[in-house]
Amino acid sequence: MMASDEPTAEISCTVNGQPVRAHVPVRQSLVDFVRHGLGLTGSHVGCEHGVCGACHAVVDGRVVRGCLMLAVQVDGRTVTTIETDQPTAQMRALQDAFFERAALQCGFCTPGMILQASELLTRTAAPTRAEIRDALSGNYCRCTGYHAIVDAVETAAARLRDKAAA
Amino acid sequence: MPRASTRRLVAGRGRYVDDIPAKGEVYAAFLRSPHAHAAFEVVNISAAAAIPGVVRVLTAENIDPVCPPWKCVLRNAPDLQSPEQRPLARRQAVFQGEPIALVVAQSRAIAEDALELIEVEWSERPAAISLEAAAMPDAVPAHENLKSNICWRFEHRSGDPDKAFADAEHVVLRRLVFARKTGVPLEPRGILASYDPSTNGLIVHVSHQMPHQFQLHLAELLGMSPLDVRVICSDIGGAFGIKMHIYPEEVAVCAASRILGRPVKFIADRVESLSSDVHAREHIVEARMAVNTSGMITAIDVDDIQGLGAYSVYPRSSTAEAMSALRAVGGPYRFDNYHALLRSVLQNKVMTGQYRSVGHPVAAAITEALVEDAAAVRGEDSIVFRQRNFLPTEAMPWVSPMGARMIDLSHHACLERMLTLVDYPRLRQEIDTWRQEGRIVGLGLASFVEFTATGAEAYGRAHVPVSSLDGVMLTMEPTGEVRAQCSASEIGQGIQQGLAQIIADAVGVRADKVRVALGDTAASPHGGGAWSSRGAAITGEVAWTAGRKLRNELLNVAAAMLQTTATSLDLRDGRILAADTGAERIAIGDVARTVIFHPYDLPAGTNAQMSVSHTWGRDADPFLPTNGVQASLVEIDPISGLVRPLRHWVVEDCGRIINPLLVDEQIRGGVVQGIGEALYEICRYTEDGQYGSGTLADYLLPMAADMPDIVVAHVETPYSGSQLGAKGAGEAGTCGAPAAVLNAVNDALRPFGGRIDAMPISPVDVLRALGKLPAKAGA
Ligand code: FES
Ligand code: FES
Repeated sequence: MMASDEPTAEISCTVNGQPVRAHVPVRQSLVDFVRHGLGLTGSHVGCEHGVCGACHAVVDGRVVRGCLMLAVQVDGRTVTTIETDQPTAQMRALQDAFFERAALQCGFCTPGMILQASELLTRTAAPTRAEIRDALSGNYCRCTGYHAIVDAVETAAARLRDKAAA
Repeated sequence: MPRASTRRLVAGRGRYVDDIPAKGEVYAAFLRSPHAHAAFEVVNISAAAAIPGVVRVLTAENIDPVCPPWKCVLRNAPDLQSPEQRPLARRQAVFQGEPIALVVAQSRAIAEDALELIEVEWSERPAAISLEAAAMPDAVPAHENLKSNICWRFEHRSGDPDKAFADAEHVVLRRLVFARKTGVPLEPRGILASYDPSTNGLIVHVSHQMPHQFQLHLAELLGMSPLDVRVICSDIGGAFGIKMHIYPEEVAVCAASRILGRPVKFIADRVESLSSDVHAREHIVEARMAVNTSGMITAIDVDDIQGLGAYSVYPRSSTAEAMSALRAVGGPYRFDNYHALLRSVLQNKVMTGQYRSVGHPVAAAITEALVEDAAAVRGEDSIVFRQRNFLPTEAMPWVSPMGARMIDLSHHACLERMLTLVDYPRLRQEIDTWRQEGRIVGLGLASFVEFTATGAEAYGRAHVPVSSLDGVMLTMEPTGEVRAQCSASEIGQGIQQGLAQIIADAVGVRADKVRVALGDTAASPHGGGAWSSRGAAITGEVAWTAGRKLRNELLNVAAAMLQTTATSLDLRDGRILAADTGAERIAIGDVARTVIFHPYDLPAGTNAQMSVSHTWGRDADPFLPTNGVQASLVEIDPISGLVRPLRHWVVEDCGRIINPLLVDEQIRGGVVQGIGEALYEICRYTEDGQYGSGTLADYLLPMAADMPDIVVAHVETPYSGSQLGAKGAGEAGTCGAPAAVLNAVNDALRPFGGRIDAMPISPVDVLRALGKLPAKAGA
């Protein structure tokens, strides 16, 4: 709910394939907009200052920190969140591998991790463990200690390569 | 076996508190003290209240009538003196960040706008900040009229330590300084409280580890019946002990909902979390170890000064951390003479409290540092020294000098396993080669005992209402599936999956046929929740017995239906079989359907029960000791002084393992928190009590790129006092990692003649130890 004199702006964008028109407070962050405006609560808020990566969303194909971007900045753009019903092959492979490898405990970091890792796998088909660790260093996980996450990303990458070769 | 429930989480369908809406909810923000210690008066709230969208501005004046203050009291420690604490401070603020007023508004942003317009008159007082200063007899008092900041003093002596030290061949001494750190669950604390005046009912969604404990305290503080307070802990985004306390903010939000008669939500932001979640591990420890001519440890003497912050945390006490440390000192070793002195000190900082592996990492670090020193003065490898001094298997059970019953431990076996795992002689050679190449590399070991799955006496004797019992109710569905309602809580550790597996095995069905509900006071009997690595050892044991009860019931009913005896039947994979031939007789779903829909088909007097329950808590063994060894290989950058962990190994004995996949990841996650403790994490305060670690840019967490792969192996010595034999595993990683890293860094520094005696290990201290920076003045 909004108070009457909160300055707002109208935006239109595409979110997870659906057209969206909304009045948003001009100071509202992208992550607050998708979470509270659209009910897409898969992007989480871990710090609100651009460090933890829990708030990731994809805007025009690039992973962004939803806490550092304003909702008004996605006017006219395409936003994808973890909830999309059309996940990329990378996302799907990562979701399976994270699940099987127990590469999550509380799961709070997981959507951000998967979106970030998915961007890595789109760029690099066969990343080394060190490259995976580097690519995920803007995503904090307080539960797993990262080892299982690195394993899961390796597994997803291998499966995607197998699929591409088949 | 992976956790079924994580399918939701990888899809972004988790439901953490902030994801749960309530119709008509409004949002809370707190005005907090900018001073470490000050008297204040809220002089004007009208400008704040006038902002459009503000629902109410509340101060202690408004909250006090609906909620009394609370105070940490331990009946078995009557000398513990901790001041009263309120949801909103009244006229005195005793740490920076203490909440003093609350704005409820249509959005959090508006609430924050309004905070700025609350007028407060402050009159600053001198503050007690540094642990050493606050502990002095003439220290500035942390609260007005406080005679001494020493909140609790404890001394323990067993055997004749003085004589042992006088007779010792060698005495080694260490002083280690541990800085405050905190747990940093990635999901901050949060609460949604919905009070319904028509029923006088309160429903609370909260990110908390023990719904029943929270329910009980809330009901008491708000003068309600627990029957009218329902606490639901849905998905929890990490907790680590941080979410087991009663915090002013959560209570204030419930009081606000009660005053307003509508749902109020508060989600801490990261700055609030880092500055108001409990901190932990602020200790200055001086310890000595006496060793006789045969190289046996004869005595240990520990002097621990512990920082508590402004209050001993409610309800479990902040002092529990230090007591836990003193209990665990010298854990793996047999020694008869012990002296321990503790002073727990009030300061104008946020409270310290139970955080993962409570106190044990402090104990392991000091013990294993002394072990290294003792081996060094004897001129032997510390491995030999450990092996000689370990409590041998044949000596168990053995009661330690602090009264802990040491049973079912495997020190020698774990160390053996570790030496094979790291390929010790080869690794030492490799390290020599690296050193010849100019690299600064070190290997550190740490053996440890961790006390887990705390039993009833620990808090019971203090009259703190903490349940060490758990309850499990099982219901047979007409489909042949099992519904379980348990008083444990899922905080990411995977207990929901573990319990499903245990129940499945006990009953004789597949794990995917068991659905486990947790974390809701309305859905399970009163019980302990998640703390002290208790899930597998306590709730698991209860679940096993409940499952066996349900199995027996099903076999009895089936026997009645089939006109045979229960002993001639077996139950496997959801089917009742003839015990001798294995031939299927009937599916349990058919048994359940007959009982539920066609009871007239059963022989008279069958009295079939399709739900059973069981409650249990261990009364023997107040704690279940577990043991393990960790090894850390580190490299130091000679230019920056940064320590890089290259490799980490763990050999753990947590008894019987229910789900190896999940246990290993608990250990790895714990190790990384321990590496964080050793190398990065610190809650800094300035001399006047300004908190300086309020963002994740200031409070450094371990990141993926800095962490090593972690090898985990097990020795399994089941707990002899239970059917399952499980012990706690969730905190073991954190217990031994700081000690191993500290020993590794000091091993790397040894050729340079330097040593580190403080955690986290700062690059500056490392450069000093390398002789690249001048030593600290006075050091
Ligand atoms: S919430 Fe955006 S980076 Fe942490
Ligand atoms: S799984 Fe909890 S923060 Fe990553």
